[in-house]
Amino acid sequence: MKPIKTLSLTASLALALGAFTGISQAQSPTNDDIAKLLKSSFQTRSIAKVERIDQSELQKQCSAYATTAMPDNIKKSLEKAALDGVKYPSDGKYLGDWKAGEKIAQSGVGMQFSDNEKTVNGGNCYACHQLTQAELSYGNIGPTLYQYGKLRGNTEPILKYTWARIWNAHAFNACNIMPRFGDAGILSEDQIRHVMALLLDPKSPVNQ
Amino acid sequence: MNPRKSLIAGLLALGGLFAAQSPALAQNTQAEIERYRQMLGDGNPAELLVMRGEGLWKKKLGPKNASLEACDMGKGPGMLAGAYAELPRYFADTDAVMDAESRLVHCMVTLQGLDRAEVVKRPYSGAGQRQTDIEALIAYIVEESRGATINIPQKHPKEIASFQRGEKIFFYRAGPYDFSCASCHGEDGKRIRLQDLPNLMKSEPAKRAFATWPAYRVSQGAMRTMQWRLYDCFRQQRFPEMQFISPASVDLITFLGVRAQGGKMDSPAIKR
Repeated sequence: MKPIKTLSLTASLALALGAFTGISQAQSPTNDDIAKLLKSSFQTRSIAKVERIDQSELQKQCSAYATTAMPDNIKKSLEKAALDGVKYPSDGKYLGDWKAGEKIAQSGVGMQFSDNEKTVNGGNCYACHQLTQAELSYGNIGPTLYQYGKLRGNTEPILKYTWARIWNAHAFNACNIMPRFGDAGILSEDQIRHVMALLLDPKSPVNQ
Repeated sequence: MNPRKSLIAGLLALGGLFAAQSPALAQNTQAEIERYRQMLGDGNPAELLVMRGEGLWKKKLGPKNASLEACDMGKGPGMLAGAYAELPRYFADTDAVMDAESRLVHCMVTLQGLDRAEVVKRPYSGAGQRQTDIEALIAYIVEESRGATINIPQKHPKEIASFQRGEKIFFYRAGPYDFSCASCHGEDGKRIRLQDLPNLMKSEPAKRAFATWPAYRVSQGAMRTMQWRLYDCFRQQRFPEMQFISPASVDLITFLGVRAQGGKMDSPAIKR
C-alpha cells in the first residue's frame, strides 16, 4: 500500500472512531439532565409533591458515587454535616414506651402518594431489621438489632449514639441506605423516644 | 376436579394463606407459591386476560372503526411473535424509543382514532375492578413473546441514550427516604420483611425479573404490567407519582431490559 493511501485509511478510521466515541460522550447525561427528565415524568399526588425529585447535597453526592468509591474528604464532610444537624431530645429524656415503639417498628405506612396529611408515619424497622424474637417476618437489608440494648447497655454515650443514628445515620456512614428518620421528619421526637425504648429498655422484648 | 374448579380452589386456598400470614406460614409462603404454581400447571389466571386481549386486538373499535392488527410493535405491522422481547426500541415514525405500553397507546391513537388523554387516564385496574383494556392487550402482546430471547436493541443513538439515562435513574437518590432503585435492588440475598429482592445489577436475577413481568399477582387478583411494576416501586420509594409511559419510565425499562439481555420471556408469569 502506498503511504498516502495508508494515511487516508488511518485518517478515516480515526474519524470513524471519533464519531463513535463522540456519540456516547455527547449523550452521556448529567445529573441535572436526569433531574429535569424525572421532574417532567412524575407528578404531585397527595402529599408526595413533585419537588421531591430535587436532590439535597447529600442525595446528589450519594447518587454520583453510587458505583464508585467516594473520596474520603467528601465522605467526611457529609458525615460531619449530618452529625452537626442532629437535634437531641429537648428535655434530655431519651427513652419512651417500648410498646409504642414496637407499633412504630411494625408500621410501614406514611409519606407515600397513597397516604395523606392525616397518616401517622411508621418507622417500618422490621422491613430491614430483626428486632424481637417473636416477629419472624423481618428483612435483612440492615443488621439484626436483637438484644441491641442487652449487648450495649444504656449509658449516656450509647443513648446519644443511638439517637443520632436514628436521627440521621449518614453521620456515621455517609450514603448508607437507612432513611433519616429525625432529620427528614419521618418520625417525631416522641416517636423516636418510643423506638429508642424498644431498642434499649431492659424490659423490651428486643432485650430478652 | 376440572381445571377451572381447581383454579378457584387454589386461589381460595392461597387467599386464606395470605389472610392468615402467621409468621410460620409466611416463612413457607414462597414454597406454597411454588406448589400453587405447579398445581396450576398451565392454568395461570392471566390466560383469561390473554384471551380477552386477543379479542380486543382483533376487534374494530374507535372513531376509525379499526382493529389493532396493523399495529407495528417493532417487527412490522401485525407481527407480534417475539416483539415484546425486543422492546423498548427506537421507532422511526415517532422518532422515539418506546416500550410496549407506549407503542400500544400509539397504535390505539393512530389506528383507531382514540383520544390519547382518555386512553392513558386509567391504565391500571383498581382493587377488585375489571382489568383495563390496556392490561388485557398487553397480556396478549407479551404472551406472543413467550420463550423469545430478550434482545433490546442498542444500535440507534437514541436507544443508547435511553439506556444511559435509565442507568442514572436507577441510581438517583431522592425524596424523604433518600431511596434509589439500587437501595433495594443492588445487593444479593436481600429481603424486605420476607419478600426477596432481586439484585438487578446481576445478570441472572435481572433476566428472571424482566422475563416474568407482566405477571399475575395472586395477592391482588390481577395481572400487572411493567409500567405498573415501576409505578408501585416508586410509590414505596416515596417518590411523587410516576406518569404512565413517561420518558423516564421508558428509559428505566430500557436499562432493565438491556441488563436482562439473553433471558427468555416467560410472561405473563404468576407471582405472590
